[in-house]
Amino acid sequence: MQVPHTPLLDLDHVDIGYDGRAVVHDATLQLPEGQIGCLLGPSGCGKTTLLRAIAGFEPVMRGQVRMHGETVSEPGYTVPPERRGVGMVFQDFALFPHLSVGDNLRFGIRHWSRAAQDERVRQLLRLVGLIGYEPAYPHALSGGQQQRVALARALAPRPGLLLLDEPFSSMDVELRGGLAREVRQILRAENTTAILVTHDQNEAFAFADRVAVIHEGRIAQLDSAYNLYHRPANRFVADFIGEGTLIPGMVEPGHQVDTALGHLQGPLSEDLPPGTAVDVLVRPDDIAIDNEQGEVRTEVLDKAFRGADFLYTLRLPDGLSVLCMAPSHDNFVIGEHVRLRLDFSHLVVFSRESGVDCPAG
Amino acid sequence: MTASATSPGAHAPASRRLRLPFSAWSMAAVVTALVLALPVLVIFGHVFIPAGEVWEHLRQTVLADYVTNSLVLLVGVGIGVLLIGVPVAWLVSMCEFPGRSVFQWALMLPLAMPAYIIAYTYTGILDFSGPVQGLIRELTGLGYGEYWFPEIRSLGGAMVMLLLVLYPYVYLLSRAAFLEQSVCVLEVSRTLGAGPWEGFRRVALPLARPAIIAGLTLALMEVLADYGTVAYFGVSTFTTGVFRTWYGLGDPAAAAQLSAVLLSFVFVLILLERWSRAKARFHHTSRRYSTLPRYRLRGWKAAGAFFACLLPILLGFLIPTLQLGIWAVQTTDQWMNPRFAGLVFNTFWLAIAAAIIAVGLALVLAYAQRMEGGRVTRVAVRIAGMGYAVPGTVIAIGIMIPFAAFDNALDAFMRDTFGVSTGLLLSGTVFALLFAYAVRFLAVSLQTVEAGLGKIQPSMDDAARSLGLHPLKTLWQVHMPIMRGTLLTALLLVFVDVLKELPATLILRPFDFNTLAVRAFELAGDERLPESSSAALAIVLVGLVPVILLSMTIGRSRPGQGAGQEDATDEDPGRRPRSRPLAVPAGTAVNPSADDPQDR
Repeated sequence: MQVPHTPLLDLDHVDIGYDGRAVVHDATLQLPEGQIGCLLGPSGCGKTTLLRAIAGFEPVMRGQVRMHGETVSEPGYTVPPERRGVGMVFQDFALFPHLSVGDNLRFGIRHWSRAAQDERVRQLLRLVGLIGYEPAYPHALSGGQQQRVALARALAPRPGLLLLDEPFSSMDVELRGGLAREVRQILRAENTTAILVTHDQNEAFAFADRVAVIHEGRIAQLDSAYNLYHRPANRFVADFIGEGTLIPGMVEPGHQVDTALGHLQGPLSEDLPPGTAVDVLVRPDDIAIDNEQGEVRTEVLDKAFRGADFLYTLRLPDGLSVLCMAPSHDNFVIGEHVRLRLDFSHLVVFSRESGVDCPAG
Repeated sequence: MTASATSPGAHAPASRRLRLPFSAWSMAAVVTALVLALPVLVIFGHVFIPAGEVWEHLRQTVLADYVTNSLVLLVGVGIGVLLIGVPVAWLVSMCEFPGRSVFQWALMLPLAMPAYIIAYTYTGILDFSGPVQGLIRELTGLGYGEYWFPEIRSLGGAMVMLLLVLYPYVYLLSRAAFLEQSVCVLEVSRTLGAGPWEGFRRVALPLARPAIIAGLTLALMEVLADYGTVAYFGVSTFTTGVFRTWYGLGDPAAAAQLSAVLLSFVFVLILLERWSRAKARFHHTSRRYSTLPRYRLRGWKAAGAFFACLLPILLGFLIPTLQLGIWAVQTTDQWMNPRFAGLVFNTFWLAIAAAIIAVGLALVLAYAQRMEGGRVTRVAVRIAGMGYAVPGTVIAIGIMIPFAAFDNALDAFMRDTFGVSTGLLLSGTVFALLFAYAVRFLAVSLQTVEAGLGKIQPSMDDAARSLGLHPLKTLWQVHMPIMRGTLLTALLLVFVDVLKELPATLILRPFDFNTLAVRAFELAGDERLPESSSAALAIVLVGLVPVILLSMTIGRSRPGQGAGQEDATDEDPGRRPRSRPLAVPAGTAVNPSADDPQDR
């Protein structure tokens, strides 16, 4: 039925803003049917605004939003949310307090036949593990249960696209990862295309196939979690995703960079000519403490116990400090001198001349 | 994919450029505001009409009297309500003494007593033929004119009557302010060596000052609006002056100009109130609240506190209500008849109709603001809510003038062209009355509805729309069911206010159309005090209902106190912190512009 390769959601150079001032600039992304995407970024970066524009709550100032190839938003024209067939799960769940769980689920399918409604409600309650809760009212449920009702309610009309606005942010931190995986399984079971908005990268990685990192209203990088961590496209993503340090260096012939850590060897992320001043991304797992074979002498400045491992802050001879992850069975003390072994498989470098970089697109 | 997902395709290209129908909401708000502002606009329009002979006559003869009497009344009542309201508020919120928990709601009882009713009642009690003077004569054996007794039908009498029923405004707002003060601030003052009295004088009172001023201005607006009391006592103020100019001198323009002077007094009060409330917003430096340990009073201090709280209740509510009850029992023939039942029916349906109109308009305005909170809408909503400050007399004149002009013009036109007389279509009909009530009491319903709507988090709207509901249907299927309690409260508050309303009803009512308030006023004016008691008592008793509601909410007005109770009634856990403690319930006609919880 579908035209092949028409993405379910297609944002085409979209600007969104309030009072004439753009909050989101030039957002372009496609989401194929069945995929789960994520808008990840610090608070105030515009990710929620973008989500609300996709839902139809905010008009666009420039560009187009297309669903199934059909334009649903462009300047001066916005298909209202109630006619988009887009489901949404809200940060505060927004369950209707005057309706029972069952009636909350029925709300979006009130035009269906009674039998079809009953069947769908039964199916959804089974899916979210809330069999028997149909007559309960929202205030009688725990936070996690309310969350699952909110999800089921949004899924009930079988929306083409499900939007989730920080749905786990009111949950306990320990529960979030598990819930994200659980919700992902539910979405998979329903074969739903979805977009999650979050500021928590672990949540994003547990949940999404593709993650758009948003910075100051722009999509800084749209990629898989692996690539965001290992192949960040710019300094912001390198800094925002995972832990790490940028240390200055100079590109040398033969895929080498001269830094305070010594001569780093590996394929460069950017093909820069020798002599270019660069910053090299050092992830805590790129270096290892090895007092036998290590070459770089460092001093332990600080350390954080994280269970399976320690995250050490180490000072290099020239005063720079780097983060290093080490198994927690060795317990070095602050002030102790340790040696570092380099373990780079590739080098992420950012030219210093180009200054602060954001993707030009 | 599902049909609904592709439904945008059903949009024909012709309608593609249509914007969302948001402007319809702000249009509705603007039109409503303009219509409701009509009376005030008419009054101010007359400022620019050259003053006629009557105005000149007024200016030379009575205007000075009106100004002086109104000012004296304002100052006297103002001092009185402060001297009663603030101390009792401090006592019941900061001290522990016998009866405190009863006093904290009972001190609001005089709110149920309209000033004109307490005026007749005390006249009956304190007149020459009344029980008090009778007792004096019996005990002393003196006769008429042989002893001194204060004359209640005087400026001073009016002052006392008004302050007895208006002090609850100051009491309510300053009590709320005392309760809202963070315990930390008070505890700090105690660790710095300030005793109870010093803590009150140097910390609690300055912090509560804006709220006290707000309460004071509300009371003073009622003083300016009062007609029944001053008319009954024969004191010449602006309101009685407007009546006299309208009916006695038959000069609408002069009446309107007099009203404009009265309105300028009102606007000074509004500005004062705005200013004080703007200041009140910055007063919370600490967010920690806990149950306040009250100072425990013993011995003569406890007795003093007890009587200080008892006296205003006794004089402002218990004695007059008792007297009304006695009269009502003595005159059962007055109310146990179909005529009185008809009167009650008349009044009730009028009040119910007005309440439905006011709440309906409030819903439109508040929802317009929620849907599209642009500046135009916000200003429109504020203007529509201004009527609470405008005296009923002024609103009535402002309605009567354009309505009469319209009726006369239409009548003349119809007579000239078709030879038929249309008579009175707008003026002198229930429509004019309902319009006046909507103007005067919209603020009451608006504030209540806004507060209720504000508690529903915006994501609720979004959720409904993402599930396929149009905004209007969202209002109907989501907001209204959730707000059912709020809407009933708003209906009730307007209902009671209409029941008590006197001056606008007197001017605008259709010929031979009576309400309880008008009936009580007329009978009292004819010196038939006992006969007037049944109507008066009915008003007082119905007026008690919102006071009871108020006392129920005020019990949990302190953050941290009774918090569990609030949680139990609060059905949505994800509530944003925009709802404030309901310290000053809407029944007090508090300026609705005071809170603009805009969180974006």
